[in-house]
Amino acid sequence: MSARPKLMVVASAGGHWVQLMRLRKAWDDLQIIYVSTEPGLADIVQSMARHEGNPPPKFASVTDANLSEKISLIRQLFEVFLIVLRNRPDVIITTGAAPGYFALRFGRLFGARTIWIDSMANAERLSKSGQEVGKYADLWLTQWEHLARPEGPHYMGVVL
Amino acid sequence: MIFLTTGTQLPFDRLVRALDAWAEVSNPSCDIFGQVLPPPHDPYTPRNFKTKARLSPAEYAEVFNKAHLIISHAGMGTILTALTQGKQICIMPRQVKYDEHRNDHQLATVERLKDHPGLFKVHDEDDLPRCLDAAMRSLETSQTSSIDPFAAKDFTDRLRKFILTTGK
Repeated sequence: MSARPKLMVVASAGGHWVQLMRLRKAWDDLQIIYVSTEPGLADIVQSMARHEGNPPPKFASVTDANLSEKISLIRQLFEVFLIVLRNRPDVIITTGAAPGYFALRFGRLFGARTIWIDSMANAERLSKSGQEVGKYADLWLTQWEHLARPEGPHYMGVVL
Repeated sequence: MIFLTTGTQLPFDRLVRALDAWAEVSNPSCDIFGQVLPPPHDPYTPRNFKTKARLSPAEYAEVFNKAHLIISHAGMGTILTALTQGKQICIMPRQVKYDEHRNDHQLATVERLKDHPGLFKVHDEDDLPRCLDAAMRSLETSQTSSIDPFAAKDFTDRLRKFILTTGK
C-alpha cells in the first residue's frame, strides 16, 4: 500500500467548473490542488473545504483562454506546465476545457493517471479537446449515454 | 429580482434586447440586473436595467442568491447553479447563425436536457415573452424544489475508486 494519491482537479471557470465541483465527493479528504482560470475561486474552495471538514486545498489560477485566442492559450499552456511540474500529481481529473486538456497531457508525461469527463454541454458530439484527449486519458468519459462507444468514450454517469 | 446572465466569454445581445423589450411592455415589479459582455461593435444598451460585464465569483454568488428568476443562455453552469439553489430559470440557446458561439451545442442542450420543475426552455427571442410570463406566474404560485448539490453517489463512488487505485 502506498500513500494516498495527490489529486489535481482542473477546469476552466464557468460551466466546466460547476460540473466538476458536483463530483467533489469523489475526492473527499484527499490532498487536492485545484486549477482554474478565475483567481476568485481560491477563497471559495477554501471555505468549501472548511465547511465540509476537508483539509485545506491548494489553488492555482491560470490565464483564461479559448481555442481562438492563440497568445493567451500559449501563456496558459506554460502556466499549466509549471503547475503540473511543481506539484507532480498522481491523478488528474478534469471536465475541460483548454487548461484541463493541457494538464492531462502534461500529467500523462509525468506518469499521472488521468480522467477526462467531457462536459454535459456536449450532447451531440464530444468537444474538440475531448475527442483528441481520448488516447491520453486512462478514464475517458462522456456524460451522454448515446455518445458512449465500446472503445471509448465510456459512460459512467452524469453530474445532473 | 431578475438576474440576466450570459456567461463571461461571449456577447449575447439578442437575449439582452428581448428581455429589455419584455420589461418595457410588462413592467415587472421587481428589479432586473444583468451580467452581460457587450459586443465590440454597436453594443445594445438596455433601457430597463443595468448591466456589468463581469462579476467576481463572490458578487455572482450574492446576486444569484438574491434573484428569484434567472434568465440565461443555455450554459450548463448557470443551469446547474439555478437548479441547485431552487431558482426558476429561463434558458435561450446561442446560435451559430447569429455568430453567438462556435457551434450549436446550446441548441442540443435545450433539446436533450430533461424537464425539471422551474426550468423553462425558450427556443428564441419570439418565444421569450410567453416563457417569462409563465415563469413570473409560477413564481407567485409554486415553490420550486432544489436538486442535490452533488452528482449521484454511484458515479462519484466509481470515480473515487479509480482515483484511489494505485499504479496503472
